[in-house]
Amino acid sequence: MKETKSIEWYKSRFDLFEKSLNGESKSELHALRKQAMQKFAGMGFPSSHDEEWRFTNVLPIAKMEFTPVFEYSGKGLRQADIDKFTFGGLHCTRLVFINGHLADEFSTHDPQPGVTIAGLRSAINSHSELVNRHLAKYVKIGENAFTALSTAFIHDGAFVHVAKNTEITNPIHLLFIVTGDQKVAVSPRNLIVAEPGSKASIVESYVSLASAPYLTNAVTEFVVDENATIEHDKLQDESLDSYHIGTIHFQQSRNSNVVSNAINLGAAIARNNITAVLNGEGIESTLNGLSLATGTQHVDNHTAIDHAKPHCASHELYKSILDGKSKGVFNGKIFVRKDAQKTDAKQTNKTLLLSDEATVNTKPQLEIFADDVKCTHGATVGHLDEEQKFYLRSRGVGEEEANDLLTFAFASDVINRVHIDALREQLDMMIHARLQRGRMLER
Amino acid sequence: MLEVRNLHASVNGNEILHGINLKVNAGEIHAIMGPNGSGKSTFAGVLAGRDAYEVTEGQVLYQGKDLLDMQPEERAREGVFLAFQYPVEIPGVTNTYFLKAGLNAIRKHRGLELLDAVDFLALVKDKMKLVEMDQSLLNRPVNEGFSGGEKKRNEIFQMAVLEPKLSILDETDSGLDIDALRIVADGVNKLRSKENATIIVTHYQRLLNYIVPDFVHVLVDGKIVKSGGKELALLLEERGYDWVREETEAVA
Repeated sequence: MKETKSIEWYKSRFDLFEKSLNGESKSELHALRKQAMQKFAGMGFPSSHDEEWRFTNVLPIAKMEFTPVFEYSGKGLRQADIDKFTFGGLHCTRLVFINGHLADEFSTHDPQPGVTIAGLRSAINSHSELVNRHLAKYVKIGENAFTALSTAFIHDGAFVHVAKNTEITNPIHLLFIVTGDQKVAVSPRNLIVAEPGSKASIVESYVSLASAPYLTNAVTEFVVDENATIEHDKLQDESLDSYHIGTIHFQQSRNSNVVSNAINLGAAIARNNITAVLNGEGIESTLNGLSLATGTQHVDNHTAIDHAKPHCASHELYKSILDGKSKGVFNGKIFVRKDAQKTDAKQTNKTLLLSDEATVNTKPQLEIFADDVKCTHGATVGHLDEEQKFYLRSRGVGEEEANDLLTFAFASDVINRVHIDALREQLDMMIHARLQRGRMLER
Repeated sequence: MLEVRNLHASVNGNEILHGINLKVNAGEIHAIMGPNGSGKSTFAGVLAGRDAYEVTEGQVLYQGKDLLDMQPEERAREGVFLAFQYPVEIPGVTNTYFLKAGLNAIRKHRGLELLDAVDFLALVKDKMKLVEMDQSLLNRPVNEGFSGGEKKRNEIFQMAVLEPKLSILDETDSGLDIDALRIVADGVNKLRSKENATIIVTHYQRLLNYIVPDFVHVLVDGKIVKSGGKELALLLEERGYDWVREETEAVA
């Protein structure tokens, strides 16, 4: 059943949004927004009858009536507030977004020839041709209600362009902070264009200083041209009463290489849709994920890898550690099109249950239309290994420490795949602290 | 050091050990030999505190304390060490980290200062020579991708680092080629002292050519049916286990 009250709410917010835009309402972008709003109004939020949302009930999000934020305000924020989220001062170019809007005052710029790093809002004017060519061309507006809603309220986000054969020396950190005591909806929209032969590391992190529940509904599109290399690391550490919907799309061309590491720690409900389209030969795509959940948290990872052309490889490792009464969902789609001979696709999904009440639904979904391919998938769900525990204890390690050690080892398998040393060390410490804190809360 | 009195133990309700009596003093090496399924590994597991085994009767005193009352980690901290028949792989935990966690837990228990990374490494490098272990194995995940010989050497290496008072070697010779066997045996011999004791659990006499026991006990059907000196091992090698069984049955 369609939930109409929420549709009316966002329609009325959209009317206000339009009024706030003044002259912009005739632009190409706004036509896109209007189209998206129509899509959303036609669909409404998904229900559990929708196969794609069977195990993730978004009714709490639909009911909440979040308010989109139209203007930037950095009121009351100090640099020290931001510094908490900079991974110990990671050496990088950093764009800071407050409630979805670029905060120039907190952002750092490290100009490099051939590299454009800007807010999407200004790029719409300064790089209109590029933006119009790529924005919303890969993540379909009507993919689901959340992408439609996010697109309808596109306001700002990050725009990164790396020119041909340019290698970005430092990582680019896109830091999204939600703050304040209002139930806000933020829809960051990011567009990253890596031209042929270029190389970049992009780190996205979603964190909170907010005292009220909120909705982050972010969309990030990557255009990865021929021979380009992208490492993407994402940390989702929203507040525990908030909601995070994150859509990421990699559009890959011939011989390009993408590594994506997605870490989920926060949010009451988190849903990630990560898609890689391998639209050329010789492409390599690696999607890794680690989710930690406890209490009543719900974390859902939907991945899709689309092998459209021959001789491509994809590797996927998704792991979850679930404690308390938390719920995990994993759905991993791999499409191998008729043309995509010699595809090598491997998917692994492992869940560690730390309590008897935590549950997981995992579903590999392989659709293979080519005949000369190598596709493997495996899913395991289990508790800590008793034999490993006994081995540790027989060497003097206490039971709790043995549990922590083994749990941490399970997690570091993913963290170790982050290539940026300083970031990996920071994530390591965070996960360690989180696991120990989780233990103290739960037992 | 160790006194086992009338020990009975079961797995899933089936009694495997039917009343074992054994006394081990400091400085001694005891070999427990027996055919497959005689309860050798069960006995080693009970001493180390494996919880799949249920002790239904009897007593084990270790340095005057009730061993069966202690958790596996307490036993380790009190100086009991089990060299596993099948050393366990722990992906994601390096050998160094694993050993340091164990050693420091034991040192803490003994009121010794905890070792920092530098001191630990110095200690470890010294002990590695004992079992001719390659240093590259230190930073690899525990036993992951190790050959059979490397795993067994790793056990003796751990023993060297943790300096136990009572070591129980469970089928340490199984799966070893002759060179590896010699290296492992050399390690054990070098660690031997007047203060510590060793129990070697084995099916074959082979290892006892290198580690000479003071006492040999024959375990058949969950009971020690014969005890003697090192010559008993040779007799077993020559004549197998059947004659002991027959002799026992004749007595009964």
